[in-house]
Amino acid sequence: MAEKKEEKPLKKVCIICAKGTIEDVYASLVMANGAVMEGIEAKMFFTFFGLDAITKKKMNKLHTGTVGNPAMTMPGGIPFPSLLGMLPGVEAGVSAMMKKQMEDLDIPPVDEFLDMITAGGGEIYACKLATDMFKLKKEDLSEHVIDIITIGDFYALASGDNTQIIFT
Amino acid sequence: MTTKNIAGISVDVNEEGYMTNPSQWTEEIAKELAKEEDIELTDEHLKVAKYLREEHEKGTVLTIRMVGKSGLVDIKGLYKLFPGGPLKKSSKIAGIPKPTSCV
Repeated sequence: MAEKKEEKPLKKVCIICAKGTIEDVYASLVMANGAVMEGIEAKMFFTFFGLDAITKKKMNKLHTGTVGNPAMTMPGGIPFPSLLGMLPGVEAGVSAMMKKQMEDLDIPPVDEFLDMITAGGGEIYACKLATDMFKLKKEDLSEHVIDIITIGDFYALASGDNTQIIFT
Repeated sequence: MTTKNIAGISVDVNEEGYMTNPSQWTEEIAKELAKEEDIELTDEHLKVAKYLREEHEKGTVLTIRMVGKSGLVDIKGLYKLFPGGPLKKSSKIAGIPKPTSCV
């Protein structure tokens, strides 16, 4: 880092969020926020189930999958049986617990996280194809969404030197 | 770790220029450190710096969200005060270690 001279520091990250679970969405949000905090431009493109993160009615009600998630353990590291994850209320309980743990680390809810990212100059976009598919209109989405654009438009935003596209 | 002469005072700094001994900090030093970041230090900057110093002393892990909720400045304002490094640059100017949080 500091000891080696950075020849071409990263200037811009374009982050595509295509999944709607807590962990996928937060991975994208943390990376975008982390970028603007370092003075790196950040542009976010939400598509498919990732749209939940910018849909007003859903953004603060994201869940994590408790079925078919082999990394999932119970407190104390005991394996979490998928069968248990199927029981009513378990997914909601696990999701609530994850949110509580994040809050303890001062990681904000999704709407506030978007406030933080855009306060730092980050830009939020929604995917045209996916919004058409899910029958979503601009007014269904967070006021931070600049526009509903095509993937071609998004690539155009990703032009320039020292830019990376990240897909989560 | 090296020592650096800032505003006529010998100060311990690490290789990235962060002060390693917050008790050596003075407002004059803050002014000089701000200049290195192309920031003209104002009372607003100092208020944030002092707040960060207090929180750091308490052992709090610093985040921009916290500063935004401190009532001193909102997050947008924080970015305006310390362009391109709301938490890193403010911490550097406040004479405290580089922040370790990701938010």
